[in-house]
Amino acid sequence: MAANALGSRIPNRQTPWWFKATLIGIAVGYCALLLILPLVTIFYEALHEGWALYWKSFQAPAARSAIYVTLLTAAIAVPLNLVFGVAASWAIAKFEFRGKSLILTLIDLPIGISPVITGMLFVMLFGMRGWFGPWLDEHNIKIIFALPGIVLATIFVTFPYVARELIPLMQEQGSDEEQAALSLGANGWQTFRRVTLPNIRWGLLYGVILCNARAMGEFGAVAVVAANVRGKTNTLPLHIENLYMDNQITAAFAVASLLAMLGLVTLAVKTGLEWKLNQQRSLILEPTN
Amino acid sequence: MFAIAVPSRTFFSNWKQRSILPGFGLTLGYTVFYLSLIVLLPLSTLFVRTTTMSWDEFWTTISEPRVLAALRLTFGAALVGALINALFGFIVAWPLVRYRFFGSKLLDALIDLPFALPTAVSGLALTAIYSQNGVLGRYFYAWGIPTAYSVIGVMIAMTFIGLPFVVRTLEPALAELDAETEEAAASLGATRSQTFIRVILPAVTPALLTGFALAFARAIGEYGSVVFISGNIRGKTEITSFLILEKLEQYNYAAATAIALTMLLASFGILLAINGLQWWSNRRFCRGGI
Repeated sequence: MAANALGSRIPNRQTPWWFKATLIGIAVGYCALLLILPLVTIFYEALHEGWALYWKSFQAPAARSAIYVTLLTAAIAVPLNLVFGVAASWAIAKFEFRGKSLILTLIDLPIGISPVITGMLFVMLFGMRGWFGPWLDEHNIKIIFALPGIVLATIFVTFPYVARELIPLMQEQGSDEEQAALSLGANGWQTFRRVTLPNIRWGLLYGVILCNARAMGEFGAVAVVAANVRGKTNTLPLHIENLYMDNQITAAFAVASLLAMLGLVTLAVKTGLEWKLNQQRSLILEPTN
Repeated sequence: MFAIAVPSRTFFSNWKQRSILPGFGLTLGYTVFYLSLIVLLPLSTLFVRTTTMSWDEFWTTISEPRVLAALRLTFGAALVGALINALFGFIVAWPLVRYRFFGSKLLDALIDLPFALPTAVSGLALTAIYSQNGVLGRYFYAWGIPTAYSVIGVMIAMTFIGLPFVVRTLEPALAELDAETEEAAASLGATRSQTFIRVILPAVTPALLTGFALAFARAIGEYGSVVFISGNIRGKTEITSFLILEKLEQYNYAAATAIALTMLLASFGILLAINGLQWWSNRRFCRGGI
């Protein structure tokens, strides 16, 4: 049997072209229907009634307020999570201590929790019948159904992104360069700014971009904590839902196209940075071998 | 629970390895503080509500017909979506790793689209495509298949959201496959399909299972891309996330907690089961080790 196999069956290793073509065809067709068609639909539906109507969708006070709330939320959540991400990855990547894996698990947690459950946690904390609800009510502080709730839920949902990008990067880089800088007389802050920061800058940018995209696009968690009080506490995704419920489909798609562009830019930057990071990694890894 | 809070002397001296780098206390302190405030405090509400809830209370909520229907729909549709993704994820990942063709780089980048697109945006687009007058919906409706505001719509949305998980976990596994092993199999007389079933499939099974589990878990918790196309018809196309939202709007925190708990436990159970399966398949297929 073996002889037979060796004699006649050693195939040419080339995969037949029709097999390749069919597989590529199915893959491309499937992705075109599942991924590209929705993307095209968004821009088509947003623009097929003309640019005038498209621009008008952003003139409405509700739309302007939603843009403002979204930008404000991201402007608060992203820097906070940036500082946290850098601090956490410094502690985790540069030092060995017990309980590290517990902290890593906690950092990963928000990614595994469904957005609606995230929103629920904050409602149970600050809502009318939540833990701090009565006290907040007494002091006339609004968190749930108001901007602070949106910001808190967004922080929760987006805080892993910077840390998750930086920790593996900083672990890979080790701390030899920092030790060298310190032994040459640099202080801690100088070491961080002149040695660590340049090394992690692309990873940091990547994390910030992912964090920002998620912050601006979060829907589930924010839908729970924000009442749909139009013009007051709507983010862009919530505004889309309102327009859709109102049967203003073109306006809904116009706003959606704005967020879709944010997603596309994120994707483009991500692809570019991944390429750059891989390049940088191979540069770092080569000399040590 | 937190060993850091009351360190004994010997514990403290072994707790952290010495290092000349500064800033450990500051950064770790800030990390723990931030995590406690943003993660542990909100999570503790779930924990406390769960422990104070009676079994009866939990059971009454869960056995409510509407909740049961939502659980069945959510888990069923998520399972179907994950299965479709496991199959098509494989078919998509294979050419992306193995063949170079025009646009392959672009296609590879586009796989992440469901991650990058805000969920409300995908939900809106999917609804437009699969509604009665939509680009694809009109054909389905002509065949008598209602794709929007139906169980099928939920499955479509959950398939959309899960694709990147399977492709992204399969890609490295497929890239790591040794061409020599396949050549060895072929030279020993294996046909192409035998090589695929006996050599390639076992090697990528752990990755496929992981991708499947991640897609499944994500689909269970998904909200934004599903609620538009599902239409939330009472007792028919409501997903569990939607019910939680509704219970919260009625200030029924206990019921919301009960549903959320069921979802969390189920996701946790799935991940555990998949870990077990992975361990089993690793033992079964990689016995000799390489």
